[in-house]
Amino acid sequence: MGRLLLQRLGGLLTTLFLSSIVIFGSLYLAPGSPENVIFGSRTPTAAARAAVRHRLHLDQPLPVRYWDWLTGVLHGDLGTSMVTGQPVADRVGAGLGTTLLLVLMSMIMVLVFGLTMGLLAALLPGRVDGVVNALTSVTVTVPSFVASALLISVFAVQLGWFPASGVGQGLGGRIQGLVLPAVALAVLSCGFLARVTRNAVRDQLEREHVQTALVRGLPRRTVLRSHVLRNALPPIITAVGLLTAGTFASTLVVESAFAVPGMGQLTIQSVAQKDFPVVQAVALMLVAAFVVCNAASDLIQAVVDPRLREAGSTS
Amino acid sequence: MNSVKSTWKRLNKALGRSGMLSLAFLVVVLLAAVLAPLVAPADPNQSSLLDAYAGPSGAHLLGADGIGRDLLSRLIFGARTSLLGPALIVGVSLLIGIPLALLASWYGGWVDGVVARVFDLVYALPGLLLAVLTVALFGPGLTPAVVALSIAYIPFLARIVRAAARQQRVSPYVDALAVQGFGMLRITVRHILRNIAPVVVGQAAIAFGYALLDLASLSYLGLAVQAPTPDWGVMVSDSDAMLKGYWLQVLAPGVLIVLTVLALTVLGARISGEKPPGYLRRRPAKAVAAEKNRTTVGAAA
Repeated sequence: MGRLLLQRLGGLLTTLFLSSIVIFGSLYLAPGSPENVIFGSRTPTAAARAAVRHRLHLDQPLPVRYWDWLTGVLHGDLGTSMVTGQPVADRVGAGLGTTLLLVLMSMIMVLVFGLTMGLLAALLPGRVDGVVNALTSVTVTVPSFVASALLISVFAVQLGWFPASGVGQGLGGRIQGLVLPAVALAVLSCGFLARVTRNAVRDQLEREHVQTALVRGLPRRTVLRSHVLRNALPPIITAVGLLTAGTFASTLVVESAFAVPGMGQLTIQSVAQKDFPVVQAVALMLVAAFVVCNAASDLIQAVVDPRLREAGSTS
Repeated sequence: MNSVKSTWKRLNKALGRSGMLSLAFLVVVLLAAVLAPLVAPADPNQSSLLDAYAGPSGAHLLGADGIGRDLLSRLIFGARTSLLGPALIVGVSLLIGIPLALLASWYGGWVDGVVARVFDLVYALPGLLLAVLTVALFGPGLTPAVVALSIAYIPFLARIVRAAARQQRVSPYVDALAVQGFGMLRITVRHILRNIAPVVVGQAAIAFGYALLDLASLSYLGLAVQAPTPDWGVMVSDSDAMLKGYWLQVLAPGVLIVLTVLALTVLGARISGEKPPGYLRRRPAKAVAAEKNRTTVGAAA
């Protein structure tokens, strides 16, 4: 187990390191000089340009700048926004809490509704299964921005139950403002998780060990819990990991749709303003969230399934 | 005439009712896109402010948008950009992904190892984030978005091709061909690729659907297709119409996106040989009863 943990941690750090090089390197290959953002439409004198380049360390070679940036990041200094002049860490910090809350709310909905629908479909073949199947075939194709548009027109504009954009003050106000965005994020994932759950549980129900346990007269509840569900867990955990990671990526869309002041909206804004220090920081954090989710689902799998702890040393 | 009939029968049998419905819908959308100038009732960019937010009528079958452009015509012309992008993405990623996957599965060993790790690395990055970063570099537009998503979709398709090709690689017929002295190129292209064609085509259809979703999301954010051009994703982003309660202007393109992707996933699953979900499958009553008996565990718990 310890070995698997170390191995996953190593892989995680390697991926993060490689993506930090790609992110840092690629943004400075962009056409046009980064300092132009500061000058806007004005044409600077050569001396002013040189001074700004020196202040931003743009006159140094790329590897040196990368090293400075990386050591800064490791000390919690993410640089300074070129547009607002604020430290990037402040801007990111302000949005991070909101985004984490949004992802958490969305994933709770996904777990509750996705698992329930999947289990019902697996255990009640026939009409219930058919209804769930029809429902999930459609929801897995509803992109989050279409769901956002639908939710805004019905619940914000027509009924006025929730705000159409922005979030309120305090935890209560924040949660109220995040309900619709969280639902918009959850629609697609719910259908996906329900399908995975249904197939995993169905697959186990048809296995001989389940039939054997039933024939031996074990209580159905016990068979379901320790024979069916336990064995159906691994694919479900993988799916939850993938979906959580995907939800972080989808916040780019949904936060912009609902004007939620989170990391996703910050990313899109900074991209539009070409505010490279901010783009680098948020991109790296989104990748980190993505990689951590995938690694976490691997580790939870190993906790659930002892066989994987052995296999972990070879793969 | 007879051969047309038998081809139709075979197609019907292979795709089933749901597959045929999906195919029919996609053909209609494709025809609308190709023949847009002929079938669209009006110029999609012709605005007349008197008709702003007009409801459905004889003049505008689905009504008009905020500056009086005909909604139906914009939907029909929007099919062009909405389908062209994903087609390019899937085309490019197949063109790069298939050779890489075939090489990896044929040679195995370190070639396979390197290719698989690179795929894993790219697969670990969300395609949407990759596309947003590319747009940050090169500015918004269809081209950077398509390039970024093509890269992101290579591993999605190549991993499936690699797995399918590896299964073929170890079958006896491949050894038999190799013993007869046929080269790697001939065996992989003429035999292995042909045998896994249904999986490749089916998964490509599914990838087409997801690419359409991703590209539409980017257009919605204003990062891919730009505003005056009619495009389904751009049309959903008309927040002015939405906040004024003109939901048809926003939801009609959204519904078209959902239906197109739904048709693509259903058709893709049928082509690559996945079993259709229960509600679409016509089963003899006996089998249903047997299944009910088998799974009474759940019903009781």
